[in-house]
Amino acid sequence: MKKSVLFILSLFMAASFFSCNNSENSKNGDRGALASSAAEKVYVAPGEHDEFYAFISGGFSGQLSVYGLPSGRLLKVIPVFSQDAEKAWGYNEETKPMLNTSHGFVPWDDAHHPDISQTNGKLDGRWVFINGNNTPRIAKVDLTTFETTEIIEVPNSAGNHSSSFVTENTEYVVAGTRFSVPVPQRDMPIKDYKGNFKGSLTFISVDPEEGHMDIKFQLMMPGFDYDLAHPGRGKSHGWFFFSTYNTEEANTLMEVNASQNDKDFIAAVNWKKIEEYVNNGGGKKMPANYAHNVYDEDTHTATSTMKKEVLVVDPLEVPGAVFLLPTPKSPHGCDVDPTGEYIVGNGKLSADLTVHSYTKMIEAIENKSFDGEAYGIPILKFEDVLAGTVKQAGLGPLHTEFDGEGNAYTSFFISSEVVKWNVESREVIDRKPCYYSVGHVMIPGGNSADPFGKYVLAMNKITKDRYLPTGPEVTHSAQLYDITGEKMELLLDFPTIGEPHYAAGIPADIIKPNSKKIFKLDENKHEHATLNNGDARVERDGNEVHVYMTMIRSHFTPDNIEGIKVGDKVYFHVTNHEQDYDVPHGISMIGANTSELLIMPGQTETFVWEPKQPGVWPFYCTDFCSALHQEMQGYVRVSPANSNIDLSWSLGED
Amino acid sequence: MKYIFKSLWVLSIMALISCGGKEEKKESDELQLGNYSKKEEPAKPATSTSSESMIDMDNKGIGPIKNVELNPEIDQAMAQKGEALFNSKCLACHKPTKKFIGPAPKGVLDRRSPEWVMNMMLNPEEMVMKDPIAKQLLVEHNGSPMANQNLTEEEARQILEYFRTIE
Repeated sequence: MKKSVLFILSLFMAASFFSCNNSENSKNGDRGALASSAAEKVYVAPGEHDEFYAFISGGFSGQLSVYGLPSGRLLKVIPVFSQDAEKAWGYNEETKPMLNTSHGFVPWDDAHHPDISQTNGKLDGRWVFINGNNTPRIAKVDLTTFETTEIIEVPNSAGNHSSSFVTENTEYVVAGTRFSVPVPQRDMPIKDYKGNFKGSLTFISVDPEEGHMDIKFQLMMPGFDYDLAHPGRGKSHGWFFFSTYNTEEANTLMEVNASQNDKDFIAAVNWKKIEEYVNNGGGKKMPANYAHNVYDEDTHTATSTMKKEVLVVDPLEVPGAVFLLPTPKSPHGCDVDPTGEYIVGNGKLSADLTVHSYTKMIEAIENKSFDGEAYGIPILKFEDVLAGTVKQAGLGPLHTEFDGEGNAYTSFFISSEVVKWNVESREVIDRKPCYYSVGHVMIPGGNSADPFGKYVLAMNKITKDRYLPTGPEVTHSAQLYDITGEKMELLLDFPTIGEPHYAAGIPADIIKPNSKKIFKLDENKHEHATLNNGDARVERDGNEVHVYMTMIRSHFTPDNIEGIKVGDKVYFHVTNHEQDYDVPHGISMIGANTSELLIMPGQTETFVWEPKQPGVWPFYCTDFCSALHQEMQGYVRVSPANSNIDLSWSLGED
Repeated sequence: MKYIFKSLWVLSIMALISCGGKEEKKESDELQLGNYSKKEEPAKPATSTSSESMIDMDNKGIGPIKNVELNPEIDQAMAQKGEALFNSKCLACHKPTKKFIGPAPKGVLDRRSPEWVMNMMLNPEEMVMKDPIAKQLLVEHNGSPMANQNLTEEEARQILEYFRTIE
């Protein structure tokens, strides 16, 4: 009796559940009965802040996006390697030098792996680094302004993929080349690749105060493909680990020819040893040509310097500094657990995960337990460095992050899932599907000594039917899982910018208090700033005209300008005189062959306008600034090239 | 048994409520809207008060400044610093001797208390919302906001001293 009543009761409950949920899209397959509690876990009430920042790579957009977690709200897109008309990045005169390279102005790149600076192996929230894969570059984003303040080009590199990962105290940010190339570049037959091409691993030092980047040395390795990397930490601090594939050194039909060897390598590099060698005068200076671009926050202006030399190190010259750890089937991810003991290599063509032991590696080195060599670099015996394998964990393992509780989370591209396993026992604990085809996963601080293991974020390559369709091109996506319990729980799907390769997450409290609100007008050292409103003026120098303009709610000084002629090149140097939070102004001129400016309080920016027709041409504020925003406008009179009208400018009756 | 049926009944009521809840809420929202418009009081006739007649030297305004003692002697060094600050951070909207985007500072200490003037510099957002004179000034200046230039109290005091020198 009781049973049947219960049955009726549950039927009734199920019926009422469905009758309530009368939206047409009620396929609850992956939401389940916990949908409401999942919603609560990601709900951040209006006016409240998220618990974590997530810096998610914009992939082929070239940018870095900033999301709040757990809500998945997009907070900002920081322009890095690509021009961004919204913020005049790469359009205004101040930031154009940031995109300069040895190939000239390159307005785009493929951004991959953000990594937050560390002190003592813990996230310190000062900077986030990110690599440009296509035209090899490393950028540094300042986390007080959330702006890109430095970009350094990496010479002798191609496909800068094994980047940009930092050491335990941000001594270095590393950049490993994915494609080996002739070094130095030269005209030679492609088929002569084997034995002739080189793979460079670049160690870029980071100034501990200002964060300025400088190439300390480039390690010239055999011509393999260097795929990903992570630093040793704790006991393994001083080492860096790089995964490799194409140890076959094939140069064509790579998907077959680079998959022949049963094992490729993880290259273990004792950078402390090489640093010491270099500090004692080791290495060879080699001619090079690469750009170093620095944005100065006081002048609000970037400068680009071409560097002409780089220090290269031959690994054979530093005995005991480089070893190769055999790792099955084209390892992709190369991840080090928070203790620094385990190095996880995910052979992407294998079903197993390979876990190497740092302690065993050191023993093997001491015992000279070698299994041959590659171009003179000792290969350690696989069995002697192996801690163990995670058997048949899934298909197509890519990347691993750690929760700081002894668990690892590995993404599987082919079987499209995240798998949780125990680092010591290497037993699988849980698996959850991803929608679809996950690439990287990210736990805030998950690749540091001190992870914040509350969520894992899976970044997917394929979205298909997950959102409303938007034609053939659909967004990529990220998925957030709660990992506080034994089993993972999918909480949220959200769309991303470009292709979200990797991400770096950090508790908001570490960054939030340092976020700048305004730039101080008193500290503005821009060459063309107008700091006193009385100095607003227009100057002519041949056919170059410089407009020194100020803006404040809700007018420009000056707002009427005459005496400009067809054929002039007019520079508008515009200073925002506001000193209050969140009062930027924009400016744009009809027909200017560039973007608007979006100028923060206390900042100066410049755009160029080359008027082509006589007339009276308006400009206006492009960012709604006050109740009188629509009145924030002005006119420039343009006269024929041969006219005699003097320069004049005014605001109001004066 | 009885107990089970009872709870079944309670459950079904709950389900009904939870299903219908949305619409009921809508209705009550509409009712509230109706009530609100009924409750609305007839608009007060617009006052013709202008800021010129609103001279109140006892009004110290709203903000961090509670008391300012002005030395009869003007501190010229301080006033010079104030003028430099004024030219850099205020001149875009205020001309010393005539109304521009905002009012002229000339003679302001004959119309307002020094505390009021400094609070207007340091706490303009709250002043134009709450202070009767500042509210009126906002209206007379077409709603153009008094920008908060993030001055320190010391800087505001220097600018105040400069105002005393404007003739």
